[in-house]
Amino acid sequence: MSEIGQPATTGDPPSKNVIEVRDLVTHYGERMILKGVSMDVRADEIMVIMGGSGSGKSTLLRHLMALEHHTSGSMRILGHDIDELSGVELVELRQKLGVAFQGGALFSSMTVGENVMLPLFEHTALDRKTMEIMVRMKLQVVELGGFENLMPSELSGGMIKRAAFARAIVMDPKILFCDEPSAGLDPVVASQLDDLILLLRDALGMTVCVVTHELDSAFKIADRITVLDRGEILFIGTPDELRASGNQRIQNLLNRVAEDDDMDAETYLNRLTGDGPAYRPL
Amino acid sequence: MQHEIIDVGAALVVVFEGDIDLQTSPAARDALLAAVGQGKPLIVDLAKVGYIDSSGVASLVEALQSARKGGKDLSLAAVSEGALRVLKLARLDSVFPIHDSRDAAVGAAG
Repeated sequence: MSEIGQPATTGDPPSKNVIEVRDLVTHYGERMILKGVSMDVRADEIMVIMGGSGSGKSTLLRHLMALEHHTSGSMRILGHDIDELSGVELVELRQKLGVAFQGGALFSSMTVGENVMLPLFEHTALDRKTMEIMVRMKLQVVELGGFENLMPSELSGGMIKRAAFARAIVMDPKILFCDEPSAGLDPVVASQLDDLILLLRDALGMTVCVVTHELDSAFKIADRITVLDRGEILFIGTPDELRASGNQRIQNLLNRVAEDDDMDAETYLNRLTGDGPAYRPL
Repeated sequence: MQHEIIDVGAALVVVFEGDIDLQTSPAARDALLAAVGQGKPLIVDLAKVGYIDSSGVASLVEALQSARKGGKDLSLAAVSEGALRVLKLARLDSVFPIHDSRDAAVGAAG
């Protein structure tokens, strides 16, 4: 298997940022989603990305996972400029990234153990016995030891999320991405999942990026929080700095106040009728 | 990753040097299982291992199980802080005999 090369060096001290985003612009069709986003994710931190619906946070997460093409700007992940990587090198880079999807995304026809083992099957040539031990170890880490032969349908919502975490970390990723990990869970189970994220960072030294709209979770786990608003960065800082912010939009987010839609009547009419260059026939 | 096997009489010492990760752990596994096959207690010296991932730890677990089936033990020596964190997280620090140094492990084997 080929190896992606070492990141280019300039003679400067090594960056402690594992992700660097500069002036990132991205579109879905003609609609601009991210409007010049710049941010860094530091090694070993838990970065929480927040924002209202349509703020672009899920799109940003997909870019941070090197799954999307951007219109302009630049991104460096683990020292690599992703615009300069070949397709094969991108695949190799993605093997260093773990993803726990919102709904768990377990394959219903496979056992929990087979689901967790899947990335090892796809990307490594390890002996089956080694894979099985790795799977059982990771299930033990997420407190699902002994559950490897169950089917996903036999698990609770919280257990499915834990199994998804086991699969996300089975290859010891450098960066773990979590998309709405607490969504749909009761507060107690959600809090246990937060504890698991903290454990993975503290015990395994993983950098973790979490998209969530759960304020309690964000304040519990975040080293820093990025707030996106309408495709732009509204805030980057610590939870304490976020709480102290005098920005009205941030206070609305923290107090769960719905913002007035500042769309004028004509624009709203065009949206409904699909009239104008920004819209296409459904 | 390189390895060397040293016969100290009472045990075999497998000395690894370098990182043990997804790329190198198959070779580490082969070395461990071959050493187990020689029928002596095994000491795995990790002093020169900078990083060991869970595939490397899994190889150690498999070798430990294989050694015990043969009535022998496998102990770890000079485990790095990072590797110890991985072992503890998987609750393996209570499964492996772990010694601070190779000398201590050899002493215990003798």
